[in-house]
Amino acid sequence: MDVSQYLEIFIDETKEHLQSLNEQLLIIEKEPENTDTINEIFRAAHSLKGMAGTMGYKRMQKLTHQMENVFSEIRNGKMKIDAGMVDVLFQCLDALEEYLDNIQSSADEGTNDNEPILNQLEAILKGEVPATGAAESENIVKEKNDSANSESMGADLTFADFERHAVEDAFEKKMNVYIIKVEVEESCLLKAARAFLVFKSLENVGEIIKSEPSAQDIEDEKFEQTFKICLVTESEMDKVLGIVKNVSEIKDAVGQKIESIEEIGGNKPVEEPVVENKEEKNENTKQKGKKEAGKPEEKGAVKQKNAGKPVVNRSVRVDIEKLDVLMNLVSELIIAKNGLISTSSQNESKSSQSFNEQIEYLERVTTNLHESVMKVRMMPIETVTNKFPRMIRDLTKKLDKKMELYMSGEDTELDRTVIDEIGDPLMHLLRNSADHGLESAEVRAQRGKPEIGTIRLDAYQDGNNVVIEVSDDGNGIDVEGVKNSAISKGTITEEQAESMTDKEIIDLLFKPSFSTAKKVTDISGRGVGLDVVKTKIESLGGDIEVKTQLGEGSTFIIRLPLTLAIIQALMVELGDEKYAISLGSIQTIEDIPVEDVKYVQTKEVIHLRGSVIPLIRLDSVLDIEPKGHPDSLTVVIVKKGDKLAGLVVDRLLGQQEIVIKSLGKYISNSSKIISGATILGNGDVALIIDVNTLI
Amino acid sequence: MDTAVNQTNVNIDNQEGTGITNQYIVVLLGSEFYGIDISNVDNIVRMQNITRVPKSQDYFNGVINLRGEIVSVMSLRKKFKLEDDEFTDKTRIIILKPDHQEPIGVIVDVVEEVVTLEEDLIEKMSSDNRNDKAKYLLGVGKDGERLISLLNIPAVISDDEK
Repeated sequence: MDVSQYLEIFIDETKEHLQSLNEQLLIIEKEPENTDTINEIFRAAHSLKGMAGTMGYKRMQKLTHQMENVFSEIRNGKMKIDAGMVDVLFQCLDALEEYLDNIQSSADEGTNDNEPILNQLEAILKGEVPATGAAESENIVKEKNDSANSESMGADLTFADFERHAVEDAFEKKMNVYIIKVEVEESCLLKAARAFLVFKSLENVGEIIKSEPSAQDIEDEKFEQTFKICLVTESEMDKVLGIVKNVSEIKDAVGQKIESIEEIGGNKPVEEPVVENKEEKNENTKQKGKKEAGKPEEKGAVKQKNAGKPVVNRSVRVDIEKLDVLMNLVSELIIAKNGLISTSSQNESKSSQSFNEQIEYLERVTTNLHESVMKVRMMPIETVTNKFPRMIRDLTKKLDKKMELYMSGEDTELDRTVIDEIGDPLMHLLRNSADHGLESAEVRAQRGKPEIGTIRLDAYQDGNNVVIEVSDDGNGIDVEGVKNSAISKGTITEEQAESMTDKEIIDLLFKPSFSTAKKVTDISGRGVGLDVVKTKIESLGGDIEVKTQLGEGSTFIIRLPLTLAIIQALMVELGDEKYAISLGSIQTIEDIPVEDVKYVQTKEVIHLRGSVIPLIRLDSVLDIEPKGHPDSLTVVIVKKGDKLAGLVVDRLLGQQEIVIKSLGKYISNSSKIISGATILGNGDVALIIDVNTLI
Repeated sequence: MDTAVNQTNVNIDNQEGTGITNQYIVVLLGSEFYGIDISNVDNIVRMQNITRVPKSQDYFNGVINLRGEIVSVMSLRKKFKLEDDEFTDKTRIIILKPDHQEPIGVIVDVVEEVVTLEEDLIEKMSSDNRNDKAKYLLGVGKDGERLISLLNIPAVISDDEK
């Protein structure tokens, strides 16, 4: 059997476990006594070990194994967590991530043994545990190795009544009843097949009454390294075990003779190797737990167990390409539906009421279908942001600055394609804030700021956009500094600098020429790679702007489109051309008498409910012949963040669901006013106006 | 005449894999004949409503809806700086799809026919010949009495303003 088919699942799940380990470690660093978290960590480490072993990644397995040992000591209260230990554990996670990267790129874990980390873990294990404990921990290591999933022998086998009867019958007939624990080799790939062979050969010498997990589960490979069989036979124990061990790839088989019916269903577990494997037990253990009252030291563990596994989401992993196909089909459907609507409105004489009703029905269904498909593609931004707390922690140590990251709106959802791309730019901005934005503790003290710097990452939805803000309470951008260095670099001339607004100067930071200039970074405190950030965000159809106050901090605001494919839009007419404006950015629609238009600095504005709103004549922006001089203007009030603008249009055509299509690479769209095109019901093409570029 | 364009859409077998095709679609711009290597051609459609795209290059007429896809359409006349197009019922849009890139449409006055030109009937463009139009041409083919300017499609669809 080839494990490569599981590789993807392995990578995904390992990522999840590593992420959870990272998060839990951060918690544990702050609350060393949090037992839930310790349990959670232990579970994740244990699963990691199991998975790495199954996939045959020995180095990874070794490292996780050692890590697990440390956690198990902590869990048993034999060790206390301290800062040094957390550091080592974080190093451990990094090393595991490295393995994972290697596996991802080449399906091989690489050759780095990470000896230093292993040694450190060893030292932790030895150093903290008293002399007797050292031996004990050694012991645990050993025992755990062969009991990765083992429990006591017979006790937790739950016998149904008829099974009990079978056992009783066997006793009457003076036959032997054995419970046999079989352990399959870790490298074994066809565990189910091996188990089947064991069953088969045992059936030759006796009768299998019961197995744990059930025969069905074993057949489906729903077990780890071990399973148990209750066998009724006339043969001797040694012979039976011999038969089992004869099956290849069976590592070990241990038998226990059941002497009386009381032993099964077990009020007295025969051997109890390690306490910490408790969670691995399945539901059957509960029963056992109850009957185990006699073993006092067990109690604690049983109680802890109920802290339980997190509820697993019922989900299916789907290739994003398949979703794309689905999305395209939905798009086609919507275009077809729009076609139907426009035909029905054209020949009104023909269209009966029921026809219209059916169309409305179709419209409802397609809209819902579209929403569902979109939702499937959406992921919470959390999947990206959850690695940031760890990053900030590391930066705190590296930069020797005290800072705290606050995040909000991690549940804001974005399209999967955007999620995949947005991580790097965000990381970049956070690093910038930590490195260049925040001042050192002394400077902060002088300025009367709290010693610990604040970095915030806030995400929220705003109409059809998702806004992500990265802000800090650091130094802010030194506009003069940027200006001077831009002049000295020759990016702008002194005359140009004179006439530039602060905003234009700050925008210089996003120019590629600034990115590599170390000097600028020193003076301005900003700059490395901001152009890359901007390019990336623009390629996702978004934009970025900066707000800054010297000495008080700066805020980078990223605005991303919520959906990339289908939107609700207002159709407007300009001259004889039709344009679509995304409904998400529209605030209101107003009829403004021409005489209400005022001028501020030779620009047209209107007064509306207490605010002054600049007017944008779309016809002149889009090079359309103006249509006469009407008495009143139809103004579509649009917003971007807290800025408003009024777009003057000739006529409103109504709301429509539109499918966004790209204009393609040939036709130049340098002004970026047009964000795409859509196909109308009658087959014509209408262009979509990107309001964000106009404001 | 125009046997190849009696239907609205003419799908042409690109004969991929056979290597060089020396078949050309002969089109008319004004009074001159131009040849387009058939392997670049995806489709020929009748003139239809073109949506203007503001602020685009001036030789682009805009975009059309080609069976659900948005395809940009340029005017060869404008690109070659000839007189402006006059749309008639013979005007066609040739959809080019060179090397499986995005499709692009070019407007021509008339689509005449498909001809096969042997290598020795094609006179390569000499490099010193550099009037404005020359960079768009591969050579000149002789088809009987007719001279056909063979278009260098990658050059034609590349953006001059970049």
